[in-house]
Amino acid sequence: MSIFSLMSFGSEGWGLAMVFAAGVTLSVAACGFLIGSVIGSLIAWVKLSGGVMARGAADAYTTVLRGIPDLLVIYLFYFGGSAVLSSIAGLFGPGGFVGVSGFAAGAAAIGIISGAYQSEVFRGAYTALNRGEIEAAKSVGMHRALMFRRIIAPQVLRYAIPGLGNVWQLALKESALVSVTGLVELLRQSAIGAGSTRQPFSFYLAAAVLYLAITTVSSWGFRRAETYAMRGVRRA
Amino acid sequence: MDAAFMGETFLRLLGGLPLTLNLTFASVVLGLVVAMSLAAMRMSGVPALDWFARAYVFVFRGTPLLVQIFLIYYGLGQFRPSLQAMNLWGFFREPYWCALLALTLNTAAYVSEIMRGGLQSVPAGQIEAARACGMSRLLLARRIILPIAVRQALPGYGNEIILMVKATSLASIITMMEVTGIAHKLISETFRAIEIFICAGAIYLILNFLVTRAIQALEYRLSPHLRNAPSPMPRLVAASE
Repeated sequence: MSIFSLMSFGSEGWGLAMVFAAGVTLSVAACGFLIGSVIGSLIAWVKLSGGVMARGAADAYTTVLRGIPDLLVIYLFYFGGSAVLSSIAGLFGPGGFVGVSGFAAGAAAIGIISGAYQSEVFRGAYTALNRGEIEAAKSVGMHRALMFRRIIAPQVLRYAIPGLGNVWQLALKESALVSVTGLVELLRQSAIGAGSTRQPFSFYLAAAVLYLAITTVSSWGFRRAETYAMRGVRRA
Repeated sequence: MDAAFMGETFLRLLGGLPLTLNLTFASVVLGLVVAMSLAAMRMSGVPALDWFARAYVFVFRGTPLLVQIFLIYYGLGQFRPSLQAMNLWGFFREPYWCALLALTLNTAAYVSEIMRGGLQSVPAGQIEAARACGMSRLLLARRIILPIAVRQALPGYGNEIILMVKATSLASIITMMEVTGIAHKLISETFRAIEIFICAGAIYLILNFLVTRAIQALEYRLSPHLRNAPSPMPRLVAASE
């Protein structure tokens, strides 16, 4: 059977299953990325204006999570999460084993890791802001929330777009590791298909092509977003 | 948390360290060789070579490393009869060689781009000046281009080495028992994920700390021109202050 009939969308083909699995990959990566944005902006805030202790903790967080393999973090959330949940369940009655879903563990792990990267992106973008604009906002009497909403947030987002694009690509590739939890995303689906048709090369090749399509489309999207966000910036 | 368990775990995890180091070192060195040829192709000006290098980088940077590992280790099994005919099956049957091949090909794509960035950062004026002095191409490369390019590319290259230390953990998915593989085995035996994570994480953190320090030291050595000059007569300076 050729790879095209193998990946067709009919009742014999695996095309639909693979595209659906690509959707799962996208959603686990997107959930992780969004969790990471929340964590990243909080950590960036701590790094920029926290006390000595808080700053130290935030720096330690980024150093540790950027220095440890992503796979270990996924194992921690998947197995550690189940252990913690089981012991909590044990408090309420005769405890059994409570498992964490692969999706939740994966999204949490990607979130924690990409949060470390995103905090650096946001911090860098904040330091790229023009000090004069913040002084101007203060001098017209803006309070902190208004200044954040009108002056800081829009410009930080503008400068952060290229960095966020890189972090998104990382999150997408990390999502392949979530397959170790048994979540049926693109790589796991390919493994299932490879096992039942004995055509592993065709399946992993199809997975690689789908990943390539996703990364290409998203880097195009981020480039579009960057040109749009930068439309008001004068360039030399 | 109990200290005895942690100590024992740490020792057992250290048993995987040689393999982790072996995979990292081998793939970084081999990757450097492949990356050099890719960068040379990219800058050769020959359209076919240039496009090959571009396509290579695009594919290897656009897909997850784990997919590449699976494609080589499981995927090539589909062509087992022809590989056996070519006497290559002995190579592709071993998870070690497959992991090493995937890591090497993957890092080569990233490193070739780092090299290209470094080479392109050499100011045109410096090259023109060297030519004006009558330097031959080889001397120009040795004295002017390489020192500047290496200095420029070093921080990026250091990051790539750290990524490789972390990437070797993926070899555990194809049954290699390096640090992460042993950690996974211990977790499934004991279900004490948190303690084991702390021990394994500590090993990787120490490794990466050493890598960053080594790169920083090299950077310091390679940039004497950026350091403050030692004052020629310290006593005179002190007297004038």
